[in-house]
Amino acid sequence: MNAPPAIDHAALAENMPLDEINVSDPKIYQQDVWMHYFRRLRRDAPVHYCKDSPIGPFWSVTKYKDIVATEVNHKVFSSSSALGGITLRDRPAELELPMFIAMDPPRHDDQRKIVQPIVSPANLENFSGLIRSRIARTLDSLPRGEVFDWVDRVSIELTGQMLATLFDFPFEDRRKLTYWSDVATTDLANPDRLIESEEEREKVFGECLAYFMRLWNERVNAKEPGGDLISMLAHGQATRDMSPREYLGNVVLLIVGGNDTTRNSMSGSVWFFDQNPQEYAKLRANPALLESAVPEIIRYQTPLSYMRRTALADAEIGGRKIRKGDKIAMWYISGNRDEDVIEDPDRFIIDRPRPRQHLSFGFGIHRCVGNRLGELQLKILWEEILARDLKIEVVAPPKRLFSSFVHGITQLQVRIQP
Amino acid sequence: MPRVTFVAHDGTQREVDAPVGESVMRAAVLNNVPGIDADCGGECACATCHVYVDEAWLGKLAAPSEMEASMLAFVDGSQPNSRLSCQIKATAELDGLVVNLPKSQH
Repeated sequence: MNAPPAIDHAALAENMPLDEINVSDPKIYQQDVWMHYFRRLRRDAPVHYCKDSPIGPFWSVTKYKDIVATEVNHKVFSSSSALGGITLRDRPAELELPMFIAMDPPRHDDQRKIVQPIVSPANLENFSGLIRSRIARTLDSLPRGEVFDWVDRVSIELTGQMLATLFDFPFEDRRKLTYWSDVATTDLANPDRLIESEEEREKVFGECLAYFMRLWNERVNAKEPGGDLISMLAHGQATRDMSPREYLGNVVLLIVGGNDTTRNSMSGSVWFFDQNPQEYAKLRANPALLESAVPEIIRYQTPLSYMRRTALADAEIGGRKIRKGDKIAMWYISGNRDEDVIEDPDRFIIDRPRPRQHLSFGFGIHRCVGNRLGELQLKILWEEILARDLKIEVVAPPKRLFSSFVHGITQLQVRIQP
Repeated sequence: MPRVTFVAHDGTQREVDAPVGESVMRAAVLNNVPGIDADCGGECACATCHVYVDEAWLGKLAAPSEMEASMLAFVDGSQPNSRLSCQIKATAELDGLVVNLPKSQH
């Protein structure tokens, strides 16, 4: 069978009519060609209206400063799940999934404050020893001289273990968390989809909720409330009377937020260092550079490509008129490559002067709760790789997720030199 | 030019110039004062330039905006004298301002 001729996406993106560009197409992320389309939009239509797409019309905000301005204006640009929430595809009202990331103040603030202490500086200090010992054990168990999938053996394994700890979830069942997370974010148009329909997604959510209800019931009656996320939700004033649907929503949020994001930065980091041996040489010579390498990994990967908002009133972004009710995608993945703010943005450079200046965590009241935990896991992972001086060789380009929301790597075949 | 003193968590003091009209956060960044991350660059959007304002100076500051108050509500170790230093503009009246830094920006 002949392979279809390769499309030159750089040329296509330059020449196609602007109104035909649809950056919500999951294929451009799976094929890793998204950057060409955003480069064009940042230059020619930085706030771009796509009037026709499978998910309906939507605005794209592609420049760093416009994204920050949109994000801090949460009074006009709503996250509410009742309006469609944080992803572009609207779901039928009966499938609405309330969760605090998809709420506006004051409910958002009240619920976020309940779970936030899980990632307090004191807790992170407590976790760091456990994270290090698990990473050490995982790295030491990896085969030498044999090809294996880094995503499965390292990225999923470590983030699954971390999540199990945060929820105090039965450790042997931790892959269920990964599965629920993947089901929650599966694009139904994905040829490799895990589920076939929204009904099936709901069925899996039902299993997830049943499991988590059992844990809730165990913990709600505990005399000494535990320090895990489920106990926090079950005892917190703003969350203890949640409906089961809202509990499910918040569980899904914490699973996806605590899993997919760090997983894909862990996988991405191996690929970036493989592709940029001079950067790895710098790090090996000076491990203190991890302080700036970690945020650079997170910028360069941008684990979530965008967040959606819905306009509550007529407004303006970057000089374009937005109408009440319009959907807006703030493309972090594009803002993180904005040449007006970040020098040489398409290059992976671990000793940038201001490495923490990136959009991957979002800004404003919805800024990632777990950002410091994600950074900590990545930092310890690379400290332990360096301590062992592992030579990780990538043997095939990464396989990427069919999704415009989760910027994911599904497989990364590597070999560690014996 | 107004002078601002940053007191690190371990008690180390740094006194720097803060040009009138510039934010206290900018004064820290321009002078490489450690302990101010300022990830968002001064948009009141990340809360990584958190400081505790010395009680003697609290009354001289304008009240936090609604946005700043929202961001401060999520800060670890938030106290009544917590402020985001990107939202404090240096003025002649604030010459001598003392702010204390948290152990880390979170």
